[in-house]
Amino acid sequence: MANMNSAAERPATERPAAERSSPVERQGAQPREFDLSRDALRQLNLFLHKDAVRDGVGQVRVHNPDGAHSIACGLNAELDVQIHGHVGYYVAGMNQHASVTVHGNAGPGAAENMMSGRVHVKGFASTAAGASAHGGLLIIDGDASLRCGISLKGADIVVGGSVGSFSAFMAQAGRMVVCGDAEDALGDSLYEAVIYVRGKVRSLGADARYEPMTDADRAALKGLLTAAGRVEDPADFKRVASAKSLYHWHADADQEY
Amino acid sequence: MCGIVGLLVKKPGLRASLGALMVPMLTGMTERGPDSAGLAVYTTPVADRFAKLSLYSGQHAVEWSALLGRISEAFAGEHEIATHGNQAVLTTSADPDAVVGWLKSHVAALAVLSVGQSIDLYKDVGAPADIARRYEFEALAGSHLVAHTRMATESAVTPAHAHPFTAGRDFCLVHNGSLSNPHLVRKHLEPLGIEFETDNDTEAACRFFEWRLREGDDLRQAVARGFRELDGFYTFLMGTQNEMLIVRDAFACKPAVVAETDDYVAIASEFRSLAHLPDIGHATLFEPKPEEIYSWQI
Repeated sequence: MANMNSAAERPATERPAAERSSPVERQGAQPREFDLSRDALRQLNLFLHKDAVRDGVGQVRVHNPDGAHSIACGLNAELDVQIHGHVGYYVAGMNQHASVTVHGNAGPGAAENMMSGRVHVKGFASTAAGASAHGGLLIIDGDASLRCGISLKGADIVVGGSVGSFSAFMAQAGRMVVCGDAEDALGDSLYEAVIYVRGKVRSLGADARYEPMTDADRAALKGLLTAAGRVEDPADFKRVASAKSLYHWHADADQEY
Repeated sequence: MCGIVGLLVKKPGLRASLGALMVPMLTGMTERGPDSAGLAVYTTPVADRFAKLSLYSGQHAVEWSALLGRISEAFAGEHEIATHGNQAVLTTSADPDAVVGWLKSHVAALAVLSVGQSIDLYKDVGAPADIARRYEFEALAGSHLVAHTRMATESAVTPAHAHPFTAGRDFCLVHNGSLSNPHLVRKHLEPLGIEFETDNDTEAACRFFEWRLREGDDLRQAVARGFRELDGFYTFLMGTQNEMLIVRDAFACKPAVVAETDDYVAIASEFRSLAHLPDIGHATLFEPKPEEIYSWQI
């Protein structure tokens, strides 16, 4: 667990360059191909968990995912998984160390509870993308649906498009970047996580507030945008963080139930 | 959990293959709904003076030809029956309400699944693939259809509790989710003379929308009114003689994906039920946004 925690505490931009480079560049092994119209999903996931690690296969390409659930879940090695097509629920859930790229759309719970590594969805992501993720970087080039980054616990999320309502709900640590718009209740009941949003926000959630962007915010945001391969200008973003009025019980407040 | 499936073909030439395109969509939703399945298919409407009734006999053996004889004795006019095992479609020139009343009092074992000029309805308990085979779904033809696979969470697993639910003429609804105030809705509707057949939450929504249609709302207006009256989680998919409509609740708790091409609009709870469709690689794919109404006319 020590590794996980230290990865979570360090922003992606500050990680050593070696950690961010593709494992394939270092290993040079032949990529392995899976075709899920022919190969069983369990065969693929077993390979990613065991054989690929044992045999030093750096890159795995997956074809015809056709919306299957739980592709590349629970990885725990520096693999590079390229999925060509649309995936269903929980792609790359609980990911550690691996880089998983979806050349398509993702179903609910993409990169849910990710601990470290990198997950890149090139299309749109359904509800609860990056939910409860502790570390690593989740990139969604398109839109993310409702509850993106709900209960975020330390990961970074960069959304190229817009996010649905209740995104970053009760987010405890980590950073979320929204290059497009946000719908209702952005950042409701935030703890220490910070949101950078570029477009319109339909409404902020309870206890979320806009705060001035500092130089440190702009530098951190620049790093996140660069890591996600994006060209937006940090100057166009607003910072949303917790007003911390829900942190403590106010015994003398006029509480009504 | 449940699976929803909708398919509308835009070109008349594709109507003959509606069932064949749909069957993999339905069976693809088996894990979401293994206990029951059903569908409503909208065919070329019968002539104005006729109506169609989809009938279901369940475990009871019904001599359909004998039944047709009794109906012909009881009602003047023309009557025809097309049978599919324990399901039959009766086409009649008699007043359909009178026929429904007569069936209820004379053939208690029979359920009337739908009434209209275009709708044919099939539903039963069992695995979706078995039901698709039982009623030869592959051979179905029509402009659009609305289908469902059920995993019961709030009421019994019986054919009557399977979806689609129907009310009035040519209207049907399938539902993924659960309503929290179906009894309240029912308490509002029953004094208006609206009768319920089951204790299922979806039936309350179905009868609510159909009541609004009879009161003069169009389908979109009826659904918008439902945002205020129906509480709970839902992805609703509905059909009328010339329209297919989908809407999700404000929290978008239940999934849905739409794929649209020049040839069709296909809807399912998940992409895995759409992956086999022709030209899916060039389809416009999107998830319906919460409380936004999406509808397509044939």
